[in-house]
Amino acid sequence: MTVLVSTAFGIALVPLVWLLWTVVGRGIGRLDPYFLLHSMRGVFGGMDAGGIYHAIIGTVWVTVGAAVISVPVGILAAIYLVEYGAGGRLARAVTFFVDVMTGIPSIVAGLFAYALFSLFLGPGAHFGAIGAVALSVLMIPVVVRSTEEMLKLVPNELREAAYALGVPKWLTVIKVVLRTAIAGITTGVMLAVSRVVGETAPLLLTVGVIDSINFNPFEGRMMTLPVYVYRQFTAGLVPCNNPNVTCIPTINYDRAWAAALTLILIVMILNLVARLVSRLFAPKIRS
Amino acid sequence: MSTPDGGTRPAPTDSGPRPSTPTTPTPKKDDPAMAQRIDVKDLNIYYGDFLAVEGVTMTIEPRSVTAFIGPSGCGKSTFLRTLNRMHEVIPGASVHGSVEMEGVDLYGADIDPVAVRRQIGMVFQRPNPFPTMSIEENVLAGVRLLNKKISKSDAADLVEASLASANLWNEVKDRLQKPGAGLSGGQQQRLCIARAIAVKPQVLLMDEPCSALDPISTLAIEDLITELKKDYTIVIVTHNMQQAARVSDRTGFFNIAGTGSPGKLIEMDDTGTMFSTPKEKATEDYISGRFG
Ligand SMILES: Nc1ncnc2c1ncn2[C@@H]1O[C@H](COP(=O)(O)OP(=O)(O)OP(=O)(O)O)[C@@H](O)[C@H]1O
Ligand SMILES: [Mg+2]
Repeated sequence: MTVLVSTAFGIALVPLVWLLWTVVGRGIGRLDPYFLLHSMRGVFGGMDAGGIYHAIIGTVWVTVGAAVISVPVGILAAIYLVEYGAGGRLARAVTFFVDVMTGIPSIVAGLFAYALFSLFLGPGAHFGAIGAVALSVLMIPVVVRSTEEMLKLVPNELREAAYALGVPKWLTVIKVVLRTAIAGITTGVMLAVSRVVGETAPLLLTVGVIDSINFNPFEGRMMTLPVYVYRQFTAGLVPCNNPNVTCIPTINYDRAWAAALTLILIVMILNLVARLVSRLFAPKIRS
Repeated sequence: MSTPDGGTRPAPTDSGPRPSTPTTPTPKKDDPAMAQRIDVKDLNIYYGDFLAVEGVTMTIEPRSVTAFIGPSGCGKSTFLRTLNRMHEVIPGASVHGSVEMEGVDLYGADIDPVAVRRQIGMVFQRPNPFPTMSIEENVLAGVRLLNKKISKSDAADLVEASLASANLWNEVKDRLQKPGAGLSGGQQQRLCIARAIAVKPQVLLMDEPCSALDPISTLAIEDLITELKKDYTIVIVTHNMQQAARVSDRTGFFNIAGTGSPGKLIEMDDTGTMFSTPKEKATEDYISGRFG
């Protein structure tokens, strides 16, 4: 039995290790401060230059924007489902729609956000906030679901203890229930962020593509890391014909792998932060 | 005021069979607002359409200990929770009849249940300290959770006084910042009592407060109850006859005719009378251990 389980575990581990091995092996070569701090502006052909600074800016803005929309909406919805509406008709309807939202393909979320903004701004609008809306469509159900599970884990006895002290329900929810569940909720939010930070298709539709730096999420296209990887990869091999210019034929692939590695690192850092935060807030049993 | 439960008019403070243990005086004991009489009339208690407790009429005397005994499922906890309007936090639960504290109907239209719970505290069967809070924060929970301002020195005084009243101060005074959930079960229960009395209620309801505890912790809590009754009206549910006999001045016996039928208050009288010469056959059978 132990052998069986260990073997299964080993097999499950193979693709993960392999993936990490490949990405690190191919990406580490180009991953340096220059790569992180320069955009693709003015870079062409097989030039030994160019970086992902603009894509990092874009990814940070779009993801933070998505989180700013999704976290309050998701947590409030979960609070409603667990603390207020439990079993009611509205709660059942919300649960149903959350389930449906979980299954929405990401490209559809992108189309939806694009169409939504087209209604107000006319067709052809591309900027960071649209991407944030698209990603929040994907993120909200994940946040609702994970928060809901965490709130349900809070023992009812703690709510009753607070009520019995003469604490009104809304204060009990905020200061006892949320406070007790905050570690789990943070982990859930971070996992939701990790999940959407690698989305490509909806961002390609809504935020678009650009080679230079744009700090403004409300105007103009932005580059994002997954889209960057996609773009570099589809650019393919560079034909190096002029021996007088430094030219790396595989430069586009190299940049794609390095950007992919950066993306993985960002997700890992997010997970570490989530762990730290949850350790900080976790209920203390023994000191 | 009459005692419609059929008992004689009690004189609870001096009718108890045992002398109260002499212990250190508790703080805030000269506050005249503490300890109130509760009159219950024709109370029917429902879970949805299920009538769990029917037709309870009783008087709970101030500055005394009232014990409820009865077989499992007869509605002791349910009844207790209606006294501070905790019953209605359960979805679908409702109450018909009146519960008056010093003449004020607790179920009156203009009464805020939250305010009722601030005056009538509750200790639960299982100790339930807040796991995210230290010992000190647990005691102050009633103040802090309500966002009330309290000076550092007042807070320290309140913590010490409440823990001292709960007979816990000496055990925890050196580790007030440690998590409340790290205490032993008996200490946690006394912490919960300290937390309940820190909001200065007038009545304290206890639902089997010792059922999860060892005999020593049980004794500590019984002593504590005897001491607290100088300042509070105390109502305790217990499955332990000796405990009811030891700590209470008045005892109410609840019974149930069969599953699905509502629980009823069979008889209520001075504890001494209840345990020596009960009027009802059912009470005698239950107390002498012939059923239940
Ligand atoms: N939350 C609830 N929803 C529906 N019915 C309930 C609920 N809580 C209790 N009841 C029912 O109400 C009746 C009285 O229960 P209660 O818990 O008050 O009994 P009890 O006398 O406290 O029993 P025990 O001595 O075992 O604690 C029982 O029939 C029980 O099934
Ligand atoms: Mg009970």
